[in-house]
Amino acid sequence: MASISASGPVRGRASGPTLRSALRRVAEAAVTPLELDDVFDVFHPLRGGRDDAGLRGRIVSVTPETAESATILVKPGRDWAGHVPGQYVRVGVDVDGVRLWRTYSLTHGPRRDRCLSFTVKAIPGGVVSNHLVHRARAGQMIQLEQAEGEFVLPVPIPRKLLLVTAGSGITPVIGMLRNLFSRRVPAATDITLVHVNQSESSAIFRDELRAHGTAGNLTLVERYDDRDGVLDVELLDELVPDLGDRLTYACGPAGLLDALEKHHADRGLVLTTERFRPVLVQPGDGGTVTFADGREVESDGATPILDAGEGAGVLMPSGCRMGICMGCVVPMRSGAVRDLRNGALTVAVPGETGPEGVPIQTCISAAAGACHIDEGARSR
Amino acid sequence: MTTITKKPLHGETNPTAHLTPEDIELLGIELDAIRQDVLDDRGDRDSAYIRRVISVQRRLELGSRAVLLGSALPPLWVLGTVGLSVAKILENMEIGHNVLHGQWDWMRDPKIHSTTWEWDMATPAEQWKHSHNEVHHTYTNIVGQDNDLGYGIMRVDEEQRWHPMYLAQPFWNFLNACFFEYGIAAYDLELGRNLRIPKDKRPAEFKDNVRKVLGKIRRQATKDYLVHPALALPFGAFVPTLAANFTANVVRNLWSHSVIMCGHFPEGVETFERASIPDHETRGEWYLRQMLGSANISGSKAIHLMSGNLSHQIEHHLFPDLPSNRYAEVAPKVRALFEKYDLNYCTRPMPQQVYSAWHKVVRLSLPNDWLATTNRSNVVDQVKLLWGMTTKGPRARRAGSARLKQLARKVAPAA
Repeated sequence: MASISASGPVRGRASGPTLRSALRRVAEAAVTPLELDDVFDVFHPLRGGRDDAGLRGRIVSVTPETAESATILVKPGRDWAGHVPGQYVRVGVDVDGVRLWRTYSLTHGPRRDRCLSFTVKAIPGGVVSNHLVHRARAGQMIQLEQAEGEFVLPVPIPRKLLLVTAGSGITPVIGMLRNLFSRRVPAATDITLVHVNQSESSAIFRDELRAHGTAGNLTLVERYDDRDGVLDVELLDELVPDLGDRLTYACGPAGLLDALEKHHADRGLVLTTERFRPVLVQPGDGGTVTFADGREVESDGATPILDAGEGAGVLMPSGCRMGICMGCVVPMRSGAVRDLRNGALTVAVPGETGPEGVPIQTCISAAAGACHIDEGARSR
Repeated sequence: MTTITKKPLHGETNPTAHLTPEDIELLGIELDAIRQDVLDDRGDRDSAYIRRVISVQRRLELGSRAVLLGSALPPLWVLGTVGLSVAKILENMEIGHNVLHGQWDWMRDPKIHSTTWEWDMATPAEQWKHSHNEVHHTYTNIVGQDNDLGYGIMRVDEEQRWHPMYLAQPFWNFLNACFFEYGIAAYDLELGRNLRIPKDKRPAEFKDNVRKVLGKIRRQATKDYLVHPALALPFGAFVPTLAANFTANVVRNLWSHSVIMCGHFPEGVETFERASIPDHETRGEWYLRQMLGSANISGSKAIHLMSGNLSHQIEHHLFPDLPSNRYAEVAPKVRALFEKYDLNYCTRPMPQQVYSAWHKVVRLSLPNDWLATTNRSNVVDQVKLLWGMTTKGPRARRAGSARLKQLARKVAPAA
């Protein structure tokens, strides 16, 4: 409400903002209990001047890269603050009516049309990735957060670079490369890219990277597990003879990055990595429930979280205690719970589910693994 | 109406007498299965539905308010007022009520969630969720516990002793209908009970809630009766716009009051005694109480939409957190269960249901059996009797009641 002049150039005389805030107050009074944003959203969801929580984008196109991957081009709302190649964006997608959040690397530098793009590889069983690759269509809306991430090239760009990527680990790197190569005066940087994939056909951006190699923009080392065997990082010294002169950036699965870190540490070389954290929730029966007030309770798989919390003296909102009144709904920041009525699992993973956690009904949910409950979040 | 457990005392049958505890648990399992079928199938179609309804409602409201800027012209006034009334009804019924039930929480959209939603209603969402979702839906139709039965100001059962003040209850009920949103706010505050407590002893929570309700009322009234009329001022339509907003609010109130009366008040709906509810009511027993304590409205899709699908009150009470667009789909399955377990599925078209509910309000405003025993030939005597019961104190009331009971017994065989 207060940030009326936060975006756009300041216009008019000194009395401008006062007049605008007065008008805004009248407009707000005219639409209560809605907020002005709710009303504007009906007509122009991509407009600027709103809080970050409402940042959205419209899918412009979905372009297949391989059989199981696609690049999603998105026109973001006007409040999109831009990004540096190598950064990622958190994306909220409605899959089967349910909003799920995932993180994807941006695969472009800043574009003239202000669009952003990210490339998704459909992982087996991946609800969101499969949705985006196979079912997302132009025109659909998605939720966005501002770009984040430290995996960016330093300025000025070092003279010699080594980029090591595996599988979808190429996605932040392709953003860096495209940005470097699209400049009118190409950056005078000597780049070697070691690009590891399971097979030639599953290699995202294969042709684009080969074209860069042919054009002399970079030295491309392609490694395919099915042809060359799984990459042993000790081989790097052979593959990249001037390894010691290069600043290394790597992105890929944890196994590769761990090995690479050890390899570089042994040689006293600098390495910057980006880790994609996989969703690792193994739902079980019962678990440690941690509440926002600091208390921890061991709870079995049959006890409602509400009872467990109250038993430990946590102040919990409550209601009907039978799952109908929603009086006990509080966010679960992380963890897994099971619906005691039908066994349905609800999982919250920071960075993967909504930024506020997943609201759960504590009276019919039992711990299905360790979980964090923010019981105070309702007393807004 | 007699509470279900006392029916045998009055020569009526308890409609659940034929069910064994095992039957009731089986019934619960079958209802759970119906619920689970919907949960398994819930998805894009449902989320698209609620988003469309919300979008249509917002466009309709904004459009109607734009039309009302020209409401100095009578045709525009009519058009804008009709549109605004419909928009307000949709906002309260199909959207607000159902969102606040958490029917759309599964979408994980913070904009359409029971914990964040606020509605165009005098009572703040948080307080309403307590009195409605928690008290009414848990203790449905338990006399003395479910205040939706008569909102604490009406005589809803023959077993409540008659008092002359109840003669005014049809009038109260009508007044409550016109200003229903304020009635609901007062009732969410438990205003009657709290005002009886000396001022300095009232709970702090009550004072806090009063402050919140007054704030909400102020904001809603400012919008409808000040800001929008003022916006129409340049077009010379301050007063017509104010009148249009007032009319739309009253129309919305009358409509929602009617729909809600149809849900639990018509003849054929059962009430329950507090003492008859076991301490640990099973899911099956709870389901059974919901089945018997609710009534449906049959009719077109438009009726279902405008009633917020409370036309499927029975299904709503069984599954308060299922998306409202699914009630029509589960209704045939639910009805088949009523038949299987030989229970009365109370459904009638809206005019009949409204009449039935109002008939009951009037009947219970009078002493027991008065209405049933009055006919054209004895109307003078009956009015005299009523006059006596009204003006001559408790003894006359007891005598009058006995007389009416006697008359009723005479009438009964003839009928």
